[in-house]
Amino acid sequence: MSAVRRSRMENVEIMKYRTKIFAAALLLIGATSAWSQGPMQGMEHSGMDHGRPTAATMSQPDTPKQPAPDPDVRDPHAYSDGYDFGAIPRPRMGDEHSRGALLVERLERGFADEGNSTAYDLQAWYGRDYDRAVLKAEGERAAGKLQDARTELLWGRAVASFWDAQLGLRHDSGVGPDRSWLAFGIQGLAPYWFELEATGYLGQEGRSALRVAASYELLVTQKLILQPHVEANLYGKSDPERELGSGLSTLTAGLRLRYELKREFAPYAGVEWSGKFGDTADFARVAGAPTRETRVVAGVRFWF
Amino acid sequence: MKRYFPSHVILPDLPRRRFVQGLAAGGALLGMSPLVVPARARAAGASSAPVLAATEFDLVIAQSPVNFTGRPRMATTVNGSIPAPTLRWREGDTVTLRVTNRLSETASIHWHGILLPFQMDGVPGISYTGIAPGETFVYRFKVQQSGTYWYHSHSGFQEQTGIFSAIVVDPADGDPIRAQRDYVVQLSDWTDEDPNRVFAKLKTQSDYYNFDQPTAGQFLRDVSREGLSAAREKRAMWNQMRMNPTDLADISAYTYTYLTNGATPAGNWTGIFRPGERVRLRFINSGAMTFFDVRIPGLKMTVVQADGQNVEPVTVDEIRIGVAETYDVIVEPKDEAYTIFAQSMDRTGYARGTLAPRAGLAAAVPVLDKPQPLSMSDMMGAMSGGAMSGMTGMNHGGAGEVRVRHARTEYGPSTDMRVDTPRTSLDDPGIGLRNNGRRVLTYADLHTIGAPLDPSGPEREIELHLTGNMERYTWSLDGLEFGKSTPVHFRHGERLRVVFVNDTMMTHPMHLHGMWSELESPDGRFQVRKHTVSVQPAQRVTFLVTADALGRWAWHCHLLYHMDAGMFREVVVA
Repeated sequence: MSAVRRSRMENVEIMKYRTKIFAAALLLIGATSAWSQGPMQGMEHSGMDHGRPTAATMSQPDTPKQPAPDPDVRDPHAYSDGYDFGAIPRPRMGDEHSRGALLVERLERGFADEGNSTAYDLQAWYGRDYDRAVLKAEGERAAGKLQDARTELLWGRAVASFWDAQLGLRHDSGVGPDRSWLAFGIQGLAPYWFELEATGYLGQEGRSALRVAASYELLVTQKLILQPHVEANLYGKSDPERELGSGLSTLTAGLRLRYELKREFAPYAGVEWSGKFGDTADFARVAGAPTRETRVVAGVRFWF
Repeated sequence: MKRYFPSHVILPDLPRRRFVQGLAAGGALLGMSPLVVPARARAAGASSAPVLAATEFDLVIAQSPVNFTGRPRMATTVNGSIPAPTLRWREGDTVTLRVTNRLSETASIHWHGILLPFQMDGVPGISYTGIAPGETFVYRFKVQQSGTYWYHSHSGFQEQTGIFSAIVVDPADGDPIRAQRDYVVQLSDWTDEDPNRVFAKLKTQSDYYNFDQPTAGQFLRDVSREGLSAAREKRAMWNQMRMNPTDLADISAYTYTYLTNGATPAGNWTGIFRPGERVRLRFINSGAMTFFDVRIPGLKMTVVQADGQNVEPVTVDEIRIGVAETYDVIVEPKDEAYTIFAQSMDRTGYARGTLAPRAGLAAAVPVLDKPQPLSMSDMMGAMSGGAMSGMTGMNHGGAGEVRVRHARTEYGPSTDMRVDTPRTSLDDPGIGLRNNGRRVLTYADLHTIGAPLDPSGPEREIELHLTGNMERYTWSLDGLEFGKSTPVHFRHGERLRVVFVNDTMMTHPMHLHGMWSELESPDGRFQVRKHTVSVQPAQRVTFLVTADALGRWAWHCHLLYHMDAGMFREVVVA
């Protein structure tokens, strides 16, 4: 049986398995929040005490049922009647000051049968409320060398109440040749408090990629927080030098339990499962590397 | 950063007690400042600001060491004390106030609620350029009113770090309010943190200071009590909307120590009285971010003045005092001690004082009320009942439906909700006070004695919406922060109606400088004259303004961090 043929047969198995993985990943996030998605018609029981039954009364700017802006919306500048600020330089308030923050979401050591590793995942930003520079970096070091690192520098612009559009560059390094990409995507908070990131990438030689990540924060207590996290990477075409196949390449699902000693500082422990799929899995097998890995992780989350 | 299930109160654990209660001897470390006003020792539990009664005043803004929690900090002070000296003026006098800035940054003093020429109003960038380091600015104006007011810095976060105090103006021809004792009770909130850091934290994680968030444990309790579907329904709307029903205050006792006349709860400011006396308490909320719910167990409070203006007396058990508001009450204590209990709206802590016939007496301190989660009416206003039930056209409270016109700039990232059918009633005491078994003051109870300033109706309307995005911690008017705004023009001499619609889930105390805000009842009658109007979540209020004060004025939310975030406008009267 040729390698190709074996690979095809396995692909069938993988397809089945992949479906299971996706189902499991969705369950992981879905189960923790199933309770939150109660039927909308149940709202009249929601503990209001001034309620009167009547029409829909509140709108949120970026919900699907958002009404089109009232045709006779007000012009917020109409009240100025042409007056501007006076001779004294007007106050500069917080909305016109830039500030920044660094959030190290994960800085951890992973323990697995296949060997231990160190990983980081951070985001930093600098700028104002609706326009800012965003740095995203994620990477893993094992066996004494940087295995894989993704670093993105983006311009983030608020486009809706809970969503920022992002545009910039991504650079991949680690084992294999470096790759650079043009990056564009969205990041924000979906209904029911899911944190979502979806970024598309265009690289050289017709390469393309898609990265989707979702996480959720479940408060066990005020300071003990369980965070499921799922991340998927897809590629438009195969990149053998980096051992990446087209289609779904990697899927990672983690569950971390942290204790916030302070809001800014929380040690955590958890478990992370990761899998390689399609041709990416084949590349791994050829290299004698595992296609499935479960790691116990321990680390710290901090920001300032 | 996302929180899901309503939960119960987390009481402070033991190591936090001293922090919440503060030091018994906490306060400005007088004697260490080079510019000391002789003041009594804080340890006596009778800390109070010195009182200066004159027509000429010398006020010096400087840094002073303080210690409210066991951790020494530097505060910004006036004449070395927190609160600053109480200023006692007389209606009709011309007062001169020489304010010297000994800080290394620009400073200012704004006379809150006082009618004066706009150049004397003390807002850097609007009234003047501020007081540069080392400089002295001379304020001089004629006092045209009487009552209880206050003053504070209008620069950066200096108000949070200590620059505030009381102004008491005696009427020119005798005070119609009789009292044998007269105390200022000035409530405030102190943090050991740098306020700039507090602001930065809120920008990074807006629920940073909220430790009463919905948790899984609470959800499970609800499931066992009410069943799965009921527990889910209770949360569905909030979670779908990405709103937090426990978002009652942006900053809590996690960092705040609440003060009465500069004294911590442990320090226990005490006002002495003789049994049988009528005692006038001038409550002033000088908190940067804290609404206080004030009561004196065992005593009825008769409210006689609001924002410096005498009102028809109304007797209540409890008053929610918004930031920057003042209420004067008369109490008639018997021969025993009473606790003045001012719990924060989010029920994480309290300011406390004592009224006693003799020094050293104290009464029991009540336990904090359980915090109540926000209700659907706080999100949706009048039409909260069954927003999706398809029934239409029902009015609320007889007030009639009102037309709401959102600004074009409210449809974007600067807002997280808009209220299309706001509540117009004034008789809601607000979240946490509804049906609590006590008689709680509402704006519907307040009636200014006498007629409005101008009996004629408004010539036109200005509608402004109070807006924000809690997740981003941005605050604005009409969806525009100050930096993107243009001034609001009032025509000189006109009478106009202002319509505020609160498109957020927080209560905003809106302060118009230089001119009165004459609040109207839902059916358009004159209700009460105020300098600061608290607008509840999803509420619409209207008030009339006589634009008789030429010049440029500030108009803003008096929650300090909301103001700094840009919930601010300049008004041009021309």
